[in-house]
Amino acid sequence: MAAQPQNVTGLLPAGEPVRFVAEDGTAGPPPPGYTEPSPERLREAYRRMVLGRRFDTQATALTKQGRLAVYPSAAGQEACQIAAALALRDDDWLFPTYRDSMALVARGLDPVQLMELLRGTWHCGYDPHATFTAPQCTPLATQTLHAAGLADAIRRRGEERVVLALIGDGGTSEGDFHEALNFAAVFHVPVVFFVQNNGFAISVPLAKQTRAPALAYKGVGYGVASEQVDGNDLVAVLSVLDHAVAHARRGGGPFLVEAHTYRMDAHTNADDATRYRDAAEVERWRAADPVRRLETHLRERGVLTEEDVAADAAAAEEFAAGFRARMNAEPEVDPLGLFAHVYAEPTRQLAAQRETLRAELAAQEG
Amino acid sequence: MEQLTMAQALNSALRDALKDDGRVLVSGEDVGPLGGVFRVTDGLTHDFGEDRCFDTPLAESGIVGHAVGLAMGGFRPVVEMQFDAFAYPAFEQITSHVAKLRNRTRGRVELPMVIRIPYAGGIGGVEHHCDSSEVYYTHTPGLRVVTPATPQDAYDLLRDAIESPDPVVFLEPKCRYWAREPVSFDRTGTPFDRAAIRRRGTDITLIAYGPMVATALAAAEAAAEEGRDVEVVDLRTLSPVDDETIAESVRRTGRAVVVHEAAGFCGYGAEIAARVSEQCFHHLEAPVLRVTGFDIPYAPPKLESSHLPNVDRILDAIDRLQWDDQVTLAAQGSVRDA
Ligand SMILES: Cc1ncc(C[n+]2csc(CCOP(=O)(O)OP(=O)(O)O)c2C)c(N)n1
Repeated sequence: MAAQPQNVTGLLPAGEPVRFVAEDGTAGPPPPGYTEPSPERLREAYRRMVLGRRFDTQATALTKQGRLAVYPSAAGQEACQIAAALALRDDDWLFPTYRDSMALVARGLDPVQLMELLRGTWHCGYDPHATFTAPQCTPLATQTLHAAGLADAIRRRGEERVVLALIGDGGTSEGDFHEALNFAAVFHVPVVFFVQNNGFAISVPLAKQTRAPALAYKGVGYGVASEQVDGNDLVAVLSVLDHAVAHARRGGGPFLVEAHTYRMDAHTNADDATRYRDAAEVERWRAADPVRRLETHLRERGVLTEEDVAADAAAAEEFAAGFRARMNAEPEVDPLGLFAHVYAEPTRQLAAQRETLRAELAAQEG
Repeated sequence: MEQLTMAQALNSALRDALKDDGRVLVSGEDVGPLGGVFRVTDGLTHDFGEDRCFDTPLAESGIVGHAVGLAMGGFRPVVEMQFDAFAYPAFEQITSHVAKLRNRTRGRVELPMVIRIPYAGGIGGVEHHCDSSEVYYTHTPGLRVVTPATPQDAYDLLRDAIESPDPVVFLEPKCRYWAREPVSFDRTGTPFDRAAIRRRGTDITLIAYGPMVATALAAAEAAAEEGRDVEVVDLRTLSPVDDETIAESVRRTGRAVVVHEAAGFCGYGAEIAARVSEQCFHHLEAPVLRVTGFDIPYAPPKLESSHLPNVDRILDAIDRLQWDDQVTLAAQGSVRDA
């Protein structure tokens, strides 16, 4: 058993979001308790942010051509998405939501497999066990309990792995989120809950979601160590997630991180954000652009050159072109596959229903 | 009369209820300035103020539980669950409290509340956006469950639901939100608990509700071309069910087919088939057949059309209603006579 925390010392988040790099790209004094990730990792983060953003605009474009049923963009949240992927080892588990396709691309998942859900050919196209990535979760906050449970499995097996669960600001209002924090704390499991507070749950702004001074304060009541971070400062997000993941990995128990960021696009391509927010507000957040901020910082550090920037952009373009070409091919779907995985073995009833559909399809072809 | 979509008819019903009764409140996720993801609450916050139509924190159990308290405190809450599958977090509140509070308190606590749920498929929605969850609610005594198939019924049924002293689960077929017809606001249509005969016929009774009524009517037209005169019953109210209209129809036609999107096993059609057998046995010329979704989790968008009942499947069922038996029996009779 871990020792019961006697007071909130060590659990409370910083009073202001942790930040290394200001909006204009200039580095401030390092925040107490955190270290800047290595230049190599930051360089890699930049590459993946550029790629992630390009992937995201490509996916939105594919909705317009009817190639995707729907796409929830993560534009504006690149620092969070990429840091979530980089903070984990390949065999750590990630529990993403529908919003987090970019993080999964950054994790190295195949973008076309990943898009099966939103393309509408199946509910999850990748192998969770092979990728240590749970299916993208739509029922809000439910994944946080699964993450706590899987972290408990890791603890019981004595493994050194960590679980990171992604969730939005709106999702923190669901009961499951609170149950997950509590279970994770009581069983003292290696899980990091990473809240991307992007300001909105579809149309509902944070102010209607909570009266908490910050969502990061929700950890304290459950005895969960917590932090808040500037979600558009990759250096800060990665540094804080590194800290949280290390805390969980060394047996320190769960950790809650809230990143303050902003959803630049509508909720999905099907949403009309002009109905509930000002264009001026969106413009203000453009100044906090996470990709440009990291670029300026790394150029000033001499870690990133003009040629690097051009090369990363070209690589992202090539990635997007490959993705687009594969998505433009009409996907193959097999209606009979509907019956394949309802149970370990199809029941007699399902076998009969499959036969009915097979005959129907044959009659249509004949 | 105004031409309205079902979404607009629902909006009109909410408006008129808010106007007529100061106790009516509308709440849910994104029902405020956005007007709901299907725009059913469009403009209500603007026109009636945030006090009457408001966004809640994102928690369905919270939304329904909070409405229970509002109803106990003298209000008439109308809550929106954003999609069928996202009502499940509220299941405990609905089954353990909304459905039972009257009974537990010997009738002393009444919960005049409406839980609106966009439901069922046919819109190419990704997973968790297309569930046909009706029987979870119809299997729960204490809840009224209704589902409109037309804009006119959407208006009438929602007004009736809001005025009902009982809690009502109001299932809105998403694929019909954009269907349009003239809608009258005089409330002289079919009464709350009654089914409607949408098409008169003499050979078969086709029983449908919500999203499948349009498909049933299309099948009836197609069957007419094959010389079969199909009657279409739109149930409107799933609980309590209007046995009388169903039985009266089936006794006339002698054949019945029930159609729904939900999985067939333990589906709503099973209840209807059982009732028809019990109440119309001596009038039946053939077993009651069901045309339903397969017994699988709802299909992804690209496979949805393979899953959903359609005109052809209904026609196939109609063909299987033992039409030849009469001929055979007649033939046997003549042999014996000879
Ligand atoms: C249990 C549940 N209720 C409602 C929804 C519908 N819904 C999908 S996304 C969303 C908003 C979520 O906002 P937030 O958690 O802040 O995440 P974001 O979409 O901004 O990333 C809602 C209400 C859902 N998916 N699950």
